[in-house]
Amino acid sequence: MELFANRAKRPGVRRVVSAAALIAAVALVATGCASGGSTGGSSGGGGGGDQTITFIPKQLNNPYTDVVLGGGKDGAKAAGFSKSQVVGPLDASASSQVSFINAETQAGTNVIVIAANDPDAVCSSLKEARDGGAKIVAFDSDTNPKCRDIFISQVVAKDVALIQTKLISEQIGGSGEIAILSATANATNQNEWIKYMEEDLKANYPNIKLVSTVYGDDDDTKSFQEAQGLLQAYPDLKGIISPTTVGIAATARYLSTSEYKGKVALTGLGLPNEMRPFVKDGTVTAFALWDPAQLGYVAAFAGKALADGDITGKKGDKFKAGDLGERTVGEGGTVIVGPPTTFTTDNIDDYDF
Amino acid sequence: MTTTVHPTGTDSPRPSSGRRSPLSAIAHLRELPVLLALVALILVTWLINPLFLAPQGVKDILLNATIVIILAAGQAIVIITRNVDLSVGSILGLVAFGTGSLFVAVPGIPIIVVILAGMLFGAVLGAINGLLVTLAKVPALVITLGTLYIFRGLNNAWAGGTQFFADDRPQEFGNLSVDTVLGFPLITLIAIVVVVIVAVFMSGTRSGRDLYAIGSDPDAARVFGVPVTRRVLFAFVTNGVLAGLAGVLYTSRFNSVGATTGTGLELDVVAAAVVGGVAIFGGSGSVIGAALGALLLTTITGALTAVRVDKFWQQAIVGLLILAAIVIDRIAAVRTARRLRVSESRDV
Repeated sequence: MELFANRAKRPGVRRVVSAAALIAAVALVATGCASGGSTGGSSGGGGGGDQTITFIPKQLNNPYTDVVLGGGKDGAKAAGFSKSQVVGPLDASASSQVSFINAETQAGTNVIVIAANDPDAVCSSLKEARDGGAKIVAFDSDTNPKCRDIFISQVVAKDVALIQTKLISEQIGGSGEIAILSATANATNQNEWIKYMEEDLKANYPNIKLVSTVYGDDDDTKSFQEAQGLLQAYPDLKGIISPTTVGIAATARYLSTSEYKGKVALTGLGLPNEMRPFVKDGTVTAFALWDPAQLGYVAAFAGKALADGDITGKKGDKFKAGDLGERTVGEGGTVIVGPPTTFTTDNIDDYDF
Repeated sequence: MTTTVHPTGTDSPRPSSGRRSPLSAIAHLRELPVLLALVALILVTWLINPLFLAPQGVKDILLNATIVIILAAGQAIVIITRNVDLSVGSILGLVAFGTGSLFVAVPGIPIIVVILAGMLFGAVLGAINGLLVTLAKVPALVITLGTLYIFRGLNNAWAGGTQFFADDRPQEFGNLSVDTVLGFPLITLIAIVVVVIVAVFMSGTRSGRDLYAIGSDPDAARVFGVPVTRRVLFAFVTNGVLAGLAGVLYTSRFNSVGATTGTGLELDVVAAAVVGGVAIFGGSGSVIGAALGALLLTTITGALTAVRVDKFWQQAIVGLLILAAIVIDRIAAVRTARRLRVSESRDV
């Protein structure tokens, strides 16, 4: 303000420039938000009893999420939703999804499919959505079970944990120090896997010692430096498990460019397309994942069955998930999509996601 | 840097040169506290964990610091003119994604062309900041806060979910941050050359000294005939060029570049400059100091991890250092003012 008042030379020019700057700024922000806020929305009028479905991932523009949402879009179309869209935050923080849920409640969306960044932070707004008649499908990362109708899980959480401990044990020869490089410290799915891994290590791999669990927050730079810190802090470290696609890729990049390449084993959950070079150059011998597209696909069909009143999400409910066949709701309202796949140099070229 | 003893009455633009012996000049260097802190930190960490100074450990320290050193050098130029550029993280992100795209779009493109293209791209983005600040006459804090979001928004719109991986780029490009000469990674050597060039410019040229004059008192500088608008614009463009270079080198070092690359980096960069003795209200500080500040902050993170200190403390310690830097700056300013009063009254 003061700067404005003191320098009143050529006011006309200045005002035009400021106005132009402001308009440009607003326009740019608007375009940025528009394409960031609703990717993959298929058109179609939502009038007259047509059902709508909205996907709220943990974070937009995340390659893994994009594959999941691609499957979700296909599933929504196949299941017969008139309109499907994706909205969500650009950062995976605990509270960032709340405003998007509120907007969907106001828009009267029939089915909200959400991957929770924090199991409880989204609860009160999901409750409002349910009071308004929406069905809530959690996928990928669960909310508090009280706040949703059904949870679509990639795989049995325990299976995911066990396959990773098995892979690391094979790679380090059954004994030595290992560490875990996770995503955020409060991610539901990560913590569940880590809990099972800890139990499994204690019960079945007495010679493997888990020395540390660090968090790279699904940020490339941060995960990279966490990996680096682990190797410095624990000189005898034999292997790292990173149950997150960002973390495993960043760690692989660090290992492949350092003297630890081939000496420190790395496994976890990764996307074949991201991990291909590291498998080829010998940094990583084997890692695991499920088919992420199926996750979105099943979530869309579960949403449809809920919205039609065919199921309520209680144990034993059955619904048809298009090409993938019939699924049964299990304990705690959870639906399992399929078993994890292990990727090695032999089969990695068969996958493209 | 070099401080000479001037005979009484000689006009010197250099604020640090009064009647002092070379020894006391060194003791009064603004960069000294951060340098001492850095040496102490490295020694202590090394005593606890010798791996910290193993070749791989040194390489990691230098690589971690490289990107922030370049950004801090650019930021120092802008802060010295009593401005600030908060959009550097977003500029870095856009240039990094642009670099990834360029390698995919033009297979076999020479690396030097990519580096120059990245710097040019950064210059354009820096010029947008500079023009908005100088023409619209709105404080840089507000303008660059706006462009922080605008550039990030553009990056999100452009990249979407697309990411480019190290695999998409030629091996030689990635090797810039793997290969070493005398233990120094190549990208670190690039950063050192950049810092030296900018430091010489800032302390040795007329236009460099003008930037200090503008930061000390913009109105007085204008009255004195310093082309303030042009110089400030130049500072922002230079910062943009350096952020662009940092973006290219980021792409060389890290695995993936995408929509969120570089998010939140601006605060690290401003913190590095302040800790390195660049006064946040402009007019004093040096590029070398800012670079040392960057080295100190990134080394702290590495050191605390190497001695297994909890993450929470790392952030708290960085905060303490920023406060310490400001207190030291304040004490120095008070002492300088008193000394000037004394010497002026004696000269009359």
